[in-house]
Amino acid sequence: MIDATGTRRADVAVRDGVIIEVAERLDESTQGLELDASGCVVAPGLVDLHTHLREPGREEAETVESGSRAAALGGYTAVVAMPNTEPAIDSAAVVRQVLELGTKAMVDVRVAGAITVGRAGTQLAPLGEMADLGVHLFTDDGAGVQDARLMRRALEYAGGLGVVLAQHCEDESLAAGGHMHEGEWSSRLGIPGIPAEAEELMVARDVALSRLTGAPVHFLHLSTAVSVDIVREAKAAGLSVTAEAAPHHFTLTHDSVSAYDTRFKVNPPLRTAVDVAAVKQGLADGTIDAIATDHAPHSQEAKEAPFDQAPPGMLGLETALALALTELELPVEQVLALLSWQPARIAGLQGQHGGPVAPGHAANLCVFDPEAQWTVDGNRMASRSRNTPFDGMALRGRVRHTVCRGEAVVIDGVAQR
Amino acid sequence: MKHLLSMADLGVDGIEEILRVTESFVEVTARDIPRVPALRGKTIVSLFYEESTRTRLSFESAAKRLSADVMTFSVATSSVQKGESLKDTVETIQAMGMDAVVVRHASAGVPWQVSQWVDASVVNAGDGWHEHPTQALLDAYTIRERLGSLEGRRIAIVGDVKHSRVARSNVLGFHALGAEVTLVAPPTLLPPSLEGWPCEVTTDLDALLPKLDVIYVLRMQRERMTEAVLPSMREYTSRYGLTARRAANLPDGALVMHPGPMNRGVEIAAEVADAPGTVITRQVANGVAVRMAVLFLLLGSGASIA
Repeated sequence: MIDATGTRRADVAVRDGVIIEVAERLDESTQGLELDASGCVVAPGLVDLHTHLREPGREEAETVESGSRAAALGGYTAVVAMPNTEPAIDSAAVVRQVLELGTKAMVDVRVAGAITVGRAGTQLAPLGEMADLGVHLFTDDGAGVQDARLMRRALEYAGGLGVVLAQHCEDESLAAGGHMHEGEWSSRLGIPGIPAEAEELMVARDVALSRLTGAPVHFLHLSTAVSVDIVREAKAAGLSVTAEAAPHHFTLTHDSVSAYDTRFKVNPPLRTAVDVAAVKQGLADGTIDAIATDHAPHSQEAKEAPFDQAPPGMLGLETALALALTELELPVEQVLALLSWQPARIAGLQGQHGGPVAPGHAANLCVFDPEAQWTVDGNRMASRSRNTPFDGMALRGRVRHTVCRGEAVVIDGVAQR
Repeated sequence: MKHLLSMADLGVDGIEEILRVTESFVEVTARDIPRVPALRGKTIVSLFYEESTRTRLSFESAAKRLSADVMTFSVATSSVQKGESLKDTVETIQAMGMDAVVVRHASAGVPWQVSQWVDASVVNAGDGWHEHPTQALLDAYTIRERLGSLEGRRIAIVGDVKHSRVARSNVLGFHALGAEVTLVAPPTLLPPSLEGWPCEVTTDLDALLPKLDVIYVLRMQRERMTEAVLPSMREYTSRYGLTARRAANLPDGALVMHPGPMNRGVEIAAEVADAPGTVITRQVANGVAVRMAVLFLLLGSGASIA
């Protein structure tokens, strides 16, 4: 058993959604469902800060139901649904709609609200009205808030509400028209590029705005070496910034696009080996607080377009834990900190998710075999979409059971509903 | 060879073979009846998502001179306008039966994608900024025809390299055949990275002119003006245009090439375009023979050229 308090060998008893007992050896006469966790790690359920559930508006790609099933199979017990739906989650009404869909889901579905109305970047969305419904993170994800003055006001306003703004860092004037990382491969392939600086400029700007306003900023999907450096310096200066990185940004590089396979199109784009190494370093040294999937389902039809017309995004929920265990060369404890209790804190879910695994705490648990070998099969994903770039990849570490709010939603790798 | 997607796939031997077969077809095209039965019974589809009359006509006449059946898929008047996806269009054409499809598309990589979806051979007739291999082949053939060989020849490619599929294919092709290639362009019209490109680069055209065997002038697209890559067309012409004064600094016998269509007075002066050293119409003529060679090598296994 591994949580933020340490590692130990123990059994766990759960009743009515709550952990009631944790002991070296529980009384075996206890009634009820028993899950075998031999050879496995028992941990607090994983928390994804960055999930696109596509509902409302793009139900052909994903729904709250299918996306939360994918999450459960990936070991997650909570996901934060991004607001770039159609319509955008920019009002109490849409927040309520998604939360209502989430009540039937296999995991705890939380919602991030938009910072601006319609994510259009011009007018502040009703943050307070959404915060009243429990929304803790706000972002225009899919786009960054371009206007520095508006972002400043949003940070000031959010600071008063005790909520956190999360930024998709991309300077649109510099990134416009780009479809992959600008560099050796974009030049060779004739695909318009997105320079790393398009991200770094906004990371630097928002660090400055956090300093100016005193409000916290969470940086979504950092993908470049310089972005990681800027956040590292901001943290050293005592600023209230947090950051996440996506699994594909510590595993894949821009040369993956060489055959124009649109599954490798994502935003921010796959970068260079130097950037991948920097993201790994940022995860290892605490600069980056969380691994977030940026799970972005797209239908087959949408992805079967010319590269510059296909939508960016890739699946992530069902592969994140295994990619972290396989690729990061970090102790399991640290991988879990990045996937569970640190993102839980950023999402404002501490106490409900991210442990500790102790009596009186919510029974949100992930049980996985850290040594199990398996091969990713894009056709056997619970997601409605198939756009995983990891298809055919051999990975280590597999989820065996997921317990959400006391319910065994995944048993022996099989979703129970 | 199953497809012709990129010059990078051909290698020196592949290029040499196509140029050798081209020579036979140049002879065929000079006949009174420039037609051979080599691809009788084969069906070749031209699928042009981006209008290019000269390239399409060149491919279609190459196919007809090989006695193949040619189907022209006109995107402007087709199901594509009704929202049909690229994949559906390609699969529909495939179902009608075809042996090769010649694809032109404004998006880089489309010929690769098409090659994943069909059994037929795919010929890249230009994909976005990426490649235009048959242009590079006809250019190499034309240089060889005039200069004997590309080995050790100094070739400058001048102009909008960044957005040019012709430049990408030609750098690979000219280099493979032994030429020393230099790109000449303002930095805003160069690709962001030239890592791995087998060529030199300079902004000083005038210094280079006296050393050149070939100057290859790229088309300067007027729409670039809206993207703040150049202050004005006039400034471009004054620094990079092949004016009569610059052409006079070329060594005797140096070739002037252009993939067409030309903007006379912008990247090339009218009097230079019409001067004896210019081989632009020869490029067009050789284009048909090169495309015959490509289609023949892709589809004509076993058939004799005669």
